[in-house]
Amino acid sequence: MIVYLLCFLLFLVGLYGVITRRNLVKIAISMSVMEFSTFLLFALIGYVDGGVAPIVDPADPVKNYVDPLPQALVLTAIVIGLATTAMMMAVIIRLYRKYGTFDIREIKSLRG
Amino acid sequence: MNPLIPLFVVIPLAGAFLIMILGRFIKDFNKYFASLALLVLAIFSIYCLATTGDNISLYKVGGWEPVNMVPIGIYMVMDGFTVIVLCIINIVGFLSVFYSISYIRRFTAENLFYALFCLMIGGMNGVVLSGDLFNIFVFLEISVISSYALVAFGVEKNELEASFKYQVLGGLASFLILFGIALIYWKTKTLNIADISRVLKSGYDRSFYLFVELLILCGFGLKAAIIPFHAWLPDAHSSAPSPISAMLSGVLIKAVGIYVIIRLFFNMFAVSENMSLLITTLGTLSMVIGVFLAIGQWDIKRLLAYHSISQMGYVVLSVGIGMILISRGERPDIAALAVAGGIFHLINHAAFKGLLFLNAGSIEYTIGTRDLREMGGLAKSMPATSATSFIASLSISGIPPFNGFFSKLIIIIAAIMAKFYLLALLAVIVSIITLASFMKFQRYAFYNKTENNHKEIKEVPFPMKFSMIIMSLLCIVLSLLAFPGIRDVILMPAIDILTDPVKYSSFIIGN
Repeated sequence: MIVYLLCFLLFLVGLYGVITRRNLVKIAISMSVMEFSTFLLFALIGYVDGGVAPIVDPADPVKNYVDPLPQALVLTAIVIGLATTAMMMAVIIRLYRKYGTFDIREIKSLRG
Repeated sequence: MNPLIPLFVVIPLAGAFLIMILGRFIKDFNKYFASLALLVLAIFSIYCLATTGDNISLYKVGGWEPVNMVPIGIYMVMDGFTVIVLCIINIVGFLSVFYSISYIRRFTAENLFYALFCLMIGGMNGVVLSGDLFNIFVFLEISVISSYALVAFGVEKNELEASFKYQVLGGLASFLILFGIALIYWKTKTLNIADISRVLKSGYDRSFYLFVELLILCGFGLKAAIIPFHAWLPDAHSSAPSPISAMLSGVLIKAVGIYVIIRLFFNMFAVSENMSLLITTLGTLSMVIGVFLAIGQWDIKRLLAYHSISQMGYVVLSVGIGMILISRGERPDIAALAVAGGIFHLINHAAFKGLLFLNAGSIEYTIGTRDLREMGGLAKSMPATSATSFIASLSISGIPPFNGFFSKLIIIIAAIMAKFYLLALLAVIVSIITLASFMKFQRYAFYNKTENNHKEIKEVPFPMKFSMIIMSLLCIVLSLLAFPGIRDVILMPAIDILTDPVKYSSFIIGN
């Protein structure tokens, strides 16, 4: 049970970073921390103690297998996470060119 | 097996691909191909609306049949509620892309615009059609990542800042959703919505699922911009190019936000009274606070964006009342009426809010400003824009012959019959404030005479006029949905599938 709670704690660490950091790049890093805590949870869900890779062996069909589905989901989610991170970095670079700073307190033209 | 269902995803994805490849070599290929693809999808979605009725049709991706009654492939499901949202997506999408033919000329990189537009449509169609939780997440990310890029399309200070804000909050929402999906999979060992609902029927751990429901509600609430989660919406929707604002406000927050909330809370989780009270409260808050935030705005698109929050509040409120009644197990007829009001308002909001954003785009296109104080006297020089925006303004504020009146009336009647008198009163008051706010918009933009004369202003080009006029006709025609004969054909199948607790899952598992 404790590992699942640690996973959630990692998620909250990322959330804390997103809320409190003032630097655009650090916000992006915090987002990645959150993202990977979720992936870690997925990987943990599929884990079976003493399980082997899920390749069915006709000689011994009742082996203890790990659940392969979460792994497939995590691979998909990692690719999506890459796209979101790349998109966010592209916008950060553009923002830096416009404002000359990474400080979120100076980027506030939208109000109200 | 209905082999036509995947076309809703395949056509826009193929369109995006072909536009990027062939658009480089063939002049004007991008705009005509995108319009053509969206037109085909729009006609196709109307055909599906006409033929689906009470049926549910399935498509199993890869042809994986269920093993021991447990679905193992990815399912795409089309039922009465799905086709309504598909129609909204594809019709508003077609009109917006047709509008963009003239509007987007002043930007560079038109190829990218049309390709991203097609990707966004493909993602939304996928979210709506998917019968599988993880697939909802994947398609959701396709549509929102392309919308992040489209919000930043102007690459000026405001656009980039809005896009960054949208990405941080949108990313947070995605991870909350993914976390919720992981927890659901952990307990039920399945991802198919119908199968999860079947597993949950045979008993579950109340407090664990309360946590999961809260995660899912926060995640999709962020995407739908219900009030405590609304901070990104006014910035993102006002900074995007106008056809994209029309898509974001008119379609995206519904397809990836409200639709999924309604689908999951009615068809997957067992509806609980606490959760439905929470949803109704959030809806009421959005309805009231959204309109008060809107009334002080001078930027037209920000004003419209805040009104989107308020109008979505009506939908959530009405659906929430239906959920409360279902969870208490009393008066199923009123519950059906409340859900009908919510869905009807969802359809209407797509028509009039899309139209209003297109009007705002036309004004910006001709006089180059979004500030209401710098406009005035446009009624003479822009008759089509002025007339259509007048129709849309009356429609959103609930004036009788237009569609907004009928859906608000149904919502208020349902609230009174369910004995939520305070909510009914609030709905009426918010509607009056909306009217005041749109009278301000009309007066400052079109009638007020100012010293800066706009004599040389011309009406917008044909594609923009065409889209606006069709949308305004839709605003009038959609009010027919309130009448029994048409309502039974179009709205009732959607309400049946939502209010009947077993129909959805038993059909899909049974096959």
